[in-house]
Amino acid sequence: MKDDRVLLDHGSGGLATKRLIEEFFLSRLANDYLSRLEDSAVVPVQEGRLAFTTDSYVVDPIFFPGGDIGSLAVHGTINDLAMQGAAPMALSMGLILEEGLMFSELERVAESISQACIEAGVAIAAADTKVVPLGKGDKIFINTSGIGRVPKGLYLGAHRARPGDVVIVSGFVGDHGAAILTARSNLSFGTEIKSDSAPLHALVSAVLERCPSDKIRLFRDPTRGGLATVLNEIAMSSNVCIEIDQDAVPIRQEVSGVCELLGLDPLYLANEGKCVVVVEEDHSQLVMDALSGLALGRHAAVIGCVKELGGVGRPVVTMNTSIGGRRIISMLSGEPLPRIC
Amino acid sequence: MGNDRFMDKQAVQSLIEEIRRLAQRPMRFMEVCGTHTMSIFRHGIRTLLPKEIELVSGPGCPVCVTPVGQIDQMINLSLIPGVAVATFGDMLRVPGSKGSLAEARARGGQVEVVYSPVDALMLAKDQPNGTICFLGIGFETTTPSVAATILQARENRIRNFCVYSTHKLMPPALDALMAEPDLDIDGLLCPGHVSTIIGTQAYGPISEKYGLPCVVAGFEPLDILLGVYMLVRQVVDGRCQVENAYERAVSAQGNERARRVTEAVFEPVGSRWRGLGFIDASGLALREEFGELDARCRFELKEIDIPDPKGCRCSRIIKGIETPGACPLFSNVCTPLHPVGPCMVSSEGTCAAYYKYGGILEEKIR
Ligand code: SF4
Repeated sequence: MKDDRVLLDHGSGGLATKRLIEEFFLSRLANDYLSRLEDSAVVPVQEGRLAFTTDSYVVDPIFFPGGDIGSLAVHGTINDLAMQGAAPMALSMGLILEEGLMFSELERVAESISQACIEAGVAIAAADTKVVPLGKGDKIFINTSGIGRVPKGLYLGAHRARPGDVVIVSGFVGDHGAAILTARSNLSFGTEIKSDSAPLHALVSAVLERCPSDKIRLFRDPTRGGLATVLNEIAMSSNVCIEIDQDAVPIRQEVSGVCELLGLDPLYLANEGKCVVVVEEDHSQLVMDALSGLALGRHAAVIGCVKELGGVGRPVVTMNTSIGGRRIISMLSGEPLPRIC
Repeated sequence: MGNDRFMDKQAVQSLIEEIRRLAQRPMRFMEVCGTHTMSIFRHGIRTLLPKEIELVSGPGCPVCVTPVGQIDQMINLSLIPGVAVATFGDMLRVPGSKGSLAEARARGGQVEVVYSPVDALMLAKDQPNGTICFLGIGFETTTPSVAATILQARENRIRNFCVYSTHKLMPPALDALMAEPDLDIDGLLCPGHVSTIIGTQAYGPISEKYGLPCVVAGFEPLDILLGVYMLVRQVVDGRCQVENAYERAVSAQGNERARRVTEAVFEPVGSRWRGLGFIDASGLALREEFGELDARCRFELKEIDIPDPKGCRCSRIIKGIETPGACPLFSNVCTPLHPVGPCMVSSEGTCAAYYKYGGILEEKIR
């Protein structure tokens, strides 16, 4: 390619735009919806209910160990659908490119989007590209929306946790946040920490197949704000307390090492390929069985349980520490790491 | 997770049992240092201790004891054309009387975040057309590396580098604090890292003067509990000595070499502390021969005296007289996102610890 950077011209809507779209995206993402280049994609409706979600991705840096902004934008939106038990049907994607973005970088991102879609078996049905002047964006921003079909009779939600329920996390926590942090800080810690970015819809459907769906209260993916924030949200929506055991929470040694060094708490670091499952106690083993049979759920663990409101008199999350003490896991108001997704 | 050697649950349990057995009357100990405060919360140590034992947090966070006037001074420095201040990230959001360094940066102030004083010197080398002013802040532990950097700057004749020193000394502050009439404590849990430099010897005079048990402790749960245990023991035995619960890192003499580097560059001067006021010989200023590298000389800075923000109880919290729960602004007006006082921003500030770890609720989850 002779011009090696994105120019304002590429966003003009004219020939340059057409070429950019064809060259980078249509060639890779072609599917029955997108290739028609209509003003909107028409997706056939099935019975049941639709889950519908949107998210914008502004992660910095755009490439990080274990992923990049492209795969993240696909996984993130698939996961938001999956948390409602929905099977993803189609995604839309809006790209905002900053003038001067290297074509080589755009190509890498486009390739990664395409790979992520193929692996997840989900198509991008509608897409749009805009270019903003140098300095008005930061390389590339992506918005994705998604629709998914929710199976009949499936009702999940953060308000459904009840005292006695068991809290499960599907694997190591804090990987994504730690990966971004180390990529950004230029600190090297020996072992490279990879983002856990991955689509979770197959994992969710495996759990729903194994365990009667009315016994499962909710799935939730602990992205920004991490596990601590999600547990607090569940406690508040359900008006219950949650108690977890420090020793039960799976955290990679490298991740706790980085946190130790930088004074962060892995419970607050973002995840992009993990979910929290709350399930009725008697059926928790079924969920664990389903998870441990999957690559993405191999390190799943029961980390705690749901309790009645206790001495504090309002919903709180507490943790039994390794040495036998207790502490409150609060909702953090500050954002320790901006632009992690 | 963490270092299991120091987390050994069984060892913790037996220490707790011993403490429980010994502590037959209420005792109040002050953990001088913010790192202790954080670790105590993080591991839920207070929920393990018997009700008789109260741990209160002291003035051991360098950011929290820096007075508003000096924070304003740092902001003013960042706004001088051609000057960039280089600072540890902790300082960024500490509110001065007219906003923080972060806000100054948004208004065009030059602020660079660095991880060490040497990084700041490197910046100066890389940007020969501007002046880099490093904000020297911290106790005995951090000062030697700043002093070494200043020596390096002089040796390499880096002229576009200087240091604004708000460095402070721990023992004089403890002395002043112990003289406070409102303060009622039975012993001091002394900071491990400062003590690696000053040695346990440094606490001798205070212990003697105020009849106060002092124990130097490390930061792992077992270290802290051992420290508490040794304090309880002293109280029960009616002793008041300086003891060492952190022998693997701290000696009686401390690190003389590090002290010599500091002494070569800095000299003790009277210094203002938030909460504690002016204390003789409690701060460190660059010696006259380093005048060129001293931001105070280079920019002819005068001390600015500004009262603490209205309603903020930091000054009482730093002294361990009140806990954050007593501050009417805590967690409604004052949060880590919108801090009113430094105790809420600094990663080792007492209010930040209480906020982060739900400290005021701790009593109710025992
Ligand atoms: S809560 Fe805020 S205002 Fe109150 S003492 Fe702490 S820092 Fe100051």
